[in-house]
Amino acid sequence: MSIRFKTLSELKKLLEKKEISSFELVSETFRNISSSKTNSFITLDEEAALSKAKDFDQGKVNGDLAGIPIAQKDLFCTKNLRTTCGSKILENFIPPYDATVVKNLSNAGSICVGKTNMDEFAMGSSNETSFYGTVRNPWSLDRVPGGSSGGSAAAVSEGLVCAATGTDTGGSIRQPAALCGITGIKPTYGRASRWGMIAFASSLDQAGTFARNAEDCALLLNHICSHDTKDTTSISDMQENYLVNLNNDLNGKTIGIIKEFDISSLNKEVQDSFEQSKKIFENLGANFVEISMPNIKLSVPTYYVVAPAECSSNLSRFDGVKYGYRAKNVENLEELYIKSRSEGFGDEVKRRILIGTYVLSAGFYDAYYKKAQQSRRMIKNDFVDAFSEVDIIMSPSSPSSAFKIGSKTEDPIEMYLEDLFTISSNLAGVPAMSIPHGFAKGLPIGLQLIGNYLEESKILNFAHQYQKNSDWHLKTPNLGESP
Amino acid sequence: MSWETVIGLEVHAQLSTNTKLFSSASTKFGSEPNTQVDLVDLGLPGVLPVVNKDAFKKAIRFGLAIDANINQESSFDRKNYFYPDLPKGYQITQMTKPIVEGGSIDIDVDGDKKTINITRAHLEEDAGKSIHDAYPDKSVIDLNRAGTPLLEIVSEPEISSAKEAVAYMKALHQLVTFLDVCDGDMSQGSLRCDANVSIRKVGDSELGTRTEIKNINSFRFIEKAINFEIKRQIKLLESGEKVTQETRLYDSGKDETRPMRSKEFANDYRYFPDPDLLPVVISDDEMEEIRSTFPELPADKSKRYVSEFQIDESEAEIISSSRELSNFFEAAVESKNDPKLAANLIVGEISSLLNKDNIKIDESKLSSDNFNILLQRISDGTISKKIAKTILAEIWETGRNADEIINDQGLVQIRDENLLEEVITKVIESNIKQVEDYKNGKDKLFGFFVGQVMKETQGKANPQAVNDLLKKALNS
Repeated sequence: MSIRFKTLSELKKLLEKKEISSFELVSETFRNISSSKTNSFITLDEEAALSKAKDFDQGKVNGDLAGIPIAQKDLFCTKNLRTTCGSKILENFIPPYDATVVKNLSNAGSICVGKTNMDEFAMGSSNETSFYGTVRNPWSLDRVPGGSSGGSAAAVSEGLVCAATGTDTGGSIRQPAALCGITGIKPTYGRASRWGMIAFASSLDQAGTFARNAEDCALLLNHICSHDTKDTTSISDMQENYLVNLNNDLNGKTIGIIKEFDISSLNKEVQDSFEQSKKIFENLGANFVEISMPNIKLSVPTYYVVAPAECSSNLSRFDGVKYGYRAKNVENLEELYIKSRSEGFGDEVKRRILIGTYVLSAGFYDAYYKKAQQSRRMIKNDFVDAFSEVDIIMSPSSPSSAFKIGSKTEDPIEMYLEDLFTISSNLAGVPAMSIPHGFAKGLPIGLQLIGNYLEESKILNFAHQYQKNSDWHLKTPNLGESP
Repeated sequence: MSWETVIGLEVHAQLSTNTKLFSSASTKFGSEPNTQVDLVDLGLPGVLPVVNKDAFKKAIRFGLAIDANINQESSFDRKNYFYPDLPKGYQITQMTKPIVEGGSIDIDVDGDKKTINITRAHLEEDAGKSIHDAYPDKSVIDLNRAGTPLLEIVSEPEISSAKEAVAYMKALHQLVTFLDVCDGDMSQGSLRCDANVSIRKVGDSELGTRTEIKNINSFRFIEKAINFEIKRQIKLLESGEKVTQETRLYDSGKDETRPMRSKEFANDYRYFPDPDLLPVVISDDEMEEIRSTFPELPADKSKRYVSEFQIDESEAEIISSSRELSNFFEAAVESKNDPKLAANLIVGEISSLLNKDNIKIDESKLSSDNFNILLQRISDGTISKKIAKTILAEIWETGRNADEIINDQGLVQIRDENLLEEVITKVIESNIKQVEDYKNGKDKLFGFFVGQVMKETQGKANPQAVNDLLKKALNS
C-alpha cells in the first residue's frame, strides 16, 4: 500500500484499523526520503523513529497522533538530536532539551522522523540561504519551495510526511505552503509556545504547521498550541478544540478584500484563481466587502526594521564561546568573535544583523526602530478596525508561483516582496493560513485567509468548507518531472 | 582656588532571592563553578526568560522604604554587548521604565544630617565571571553568578565628599539588610558601587567633567578611591590640564585609580525593549501584600525598644542598627526574659565578642535558645551576672548548652546561708587586723571582705547574701 500523499486523518484510520503498522509507515517514510530529490531534510532520526513505531505497534503508545510519522523544522530544539537552524554556526549543536511544540507533538504520540531544511535562521523566502543546500520544489525541481520553512513544505508536498511543523515570522509558513500547493497555518502570536524555538524575531515568530488539508491542520493545532509558563508571551486563554467549528455554516458571513493589495497588478492566472475562489465562497453564502487598511503598505518597511533589530540581538549569543561553531587559530577574544561569526553565518543573516544593528544604534533608534514600532501599532489598529466589519480577510498568499532557483538571490528587495501579503499578519499578531487554490505557470498558488485574534477556528472553518467544495488541495506533484 | 566635589553613586545590590531573576537556578554564593546554571543562564538557543516576582517584591520594599514612586507597570530592555561571561550577548535590564523612581536616603556625617535624593532603582541581571589567572594559557568562565538579580540604585549627584559617600553607602547597607533585600556582604560583592566623581570651582553652576570609578567593594575603599580621584582631578585642573571623561579602576594595593582600557567601554549598547518579556504589572493586591509585610525600620525599632522595654536609648540604638542583633534581642524578649538584662548583655559582652571575631550574631555559636537559658539562670538567681560572662565565653568557643556548663563546672550560685557563714567566719578569722581596722571606722574595708568571700567561693556566692551576712558578722 502506498502511503504517499495520504492525509493525517487517513493514516490515523489505517493505523486504527491495523491495515498498516506504524513500523511499515515509518520504514516507508525513510525509503521515500532516501529516494527524494528535494533535499527537504537536514538530519534524520531513523533508529529512534523506528523504535517508537515498534512501541506503538506493541500498544505502548496512545494519543491523538499516535504512530504517525511527522517532521520538525530544524529550528525547534530536539533533545539529543542535532538542531542546526539551517546554519553552519550550529552545525554540531545537539540541544539538551525539547521545544514545547516538539514535546506536545511527541506527547500526542507522533513520531519525529527528522529535521527539515530551512533558510538560515528562518531568514529567507526561498530556502536558498540554508547552509545545507537549497530545497527544491517537488512540483518543479529547478524552482524554489519558498521559505523559510521550505523543507517542511516540500516534504509534505512531496508526500514524504503527512504533516510537518513550521515557523512563520513574516510568511515563512504561508508562502512555502502556497508555492508547494499544500495547506499551512500560523496561529495567533502567543498561541504556541516559543520555548525551544530558536529565535529570529521574538515579537513576530510563531510556530504552526503544514498538512494536506485544513482538517489535519486543525487536528495538529490542537496539540501544537498550549499555554506555557516558560514563555511569558504565551497566551493563557483556555485551550480550544479546533475541530469543532470546521463545519459551521458560512451563510451570511463576511469576507474582507483589502483595497490596498492591488490584485489587478498581479499575473492574470493569479487574478483568475482569486476570482474563482471568491465564487466558491459566494456559493456557500458568504458576502464580500472591500475594506481599506491604509497603513498596510507600511508593512514591508516596518517589518524590515523590527525583524532585523530583534535578530541582531537574538543572534548575539552565537559567539563561538559556549556552543556552536568556533573559528580555529584565533589570536585573541575579538578575533574569536569576528572569525567565528564571519565564518559561521551566511550572507543573508549577516545582512540582517547589520541592518538591525544600524537601526538600533544611538542616533538612529528614533528614526527607525521607534518609528517602526509606531507604524506597527497603526497596522495593528487597521486590523482591529477591519475585523469590526468582517469575519475574515482574504488575499493571495504570494504575488506569484514558485520562481527559479537563483533568480532572486542577487536582489534582496525583490526577495523581500515575496512576503508582501503575509507580513502584516505577523506585525499585528493575527492568525493566517494558506490553502491551495489554483495554478500559475503550471505551479501551485495559495489563497491566504486571515482571522481576528484567537479566531484560528474561524479561518479553519472557511478553509475546510472551501476544500469540501474544491479539489486544489488534492492535486499532487508529478515527482521528478518539470511541468 | 577652592574646589567643591560632586559625587553620584550607582550601587548594585544583589537581591537575596533564592533563585535567579529569569531562571530557577539557585543564587547561592561559593558553589563549584558552573553548577548553578540552567538552560536559561547558559543562553542556549531557544530559551526564554521568566520573571522572578520575588525580586520585584524586594525592589518594591526598597522603594517603599525610601518613599519613592513605584511603577506598578515596569518593563525590561536589552543592553547589547559582547563579553564571554555574558551568555546571551545582552544584559536584561530596566532602561525606560524602572520599578522604582525618586525617593531619598538620610545620611549622618559626624552629626551633620543631609538628605540624598535617589534618581531611580531598577532591576537587572548580573553577568558571570571571567577568570584569567586560573590557567596559564587560557581564560575560563564561571556562570554561577549569571542571571543573579541586582537592584541598581542610582543617586542624584548630591554627595559632596568621600565621607558623605561612605555615610550614604552605610545608610544604604543598613537599609537593604534590614529590609532583607540584600545580605549586604560587600566582600562577596553583594553590595558594590560605581562612583561618578567631578569637581568644580566653588560657586560654579555647571558640573565639571566626571570620571566613573567602577566596582568598589568596601567602605574604606570608597573613601580612599574618591579622595584619590578628587586630588588627581584638582591637580590636573590646577596645572591647566583637563579631566578626561573615562572609566577608572581603583587599585587598593597601590591606593590609586587608573583608567580601564577605554575600548571595553566605547560601546553603543543599542538598548531596546526585550520582546521576550511583557511589561510586568504589579496588582494593587500585590502592593498591599508587600506593604503589610513591610519590616520595622531601625529608627522605629529603637524608639519602640525604649518605650516598650524601658532600655537605655544608646543600647536601643545599637541593637536596632543591625537586623541580626535586633532579631536576637526580640527573640529573647519574646521568651519572657528581662529586656534590660538582655540588652545589657547584647550591647556589652556579646557585642565585644562579635567585634573580636568580626562576625554576625547568627554566625556565632550562641543560639537564641541557649541565650534564653542563660538569661533565665541569671534571673532565677542560679548564677550571677559575673559568672554569666564566663559561661558566655565558653559558649562562644564550644556552643555548649548553658545549663550543662553550669552543672559541669559547678557554677551554681551559693545562697546557702550556713555555707556562706562558714566561709565568712573563715575570712574573719584569717584577717584579724583588717577586722579591727574596720571596726575602728575604716568602712572602705567592707569591699575587701566581700572580695575575699568571693575568692573563697570562686565568684559563686550570691552578692546580696554575702553583703547581708558580712554586715551581720562584722557588726556583731
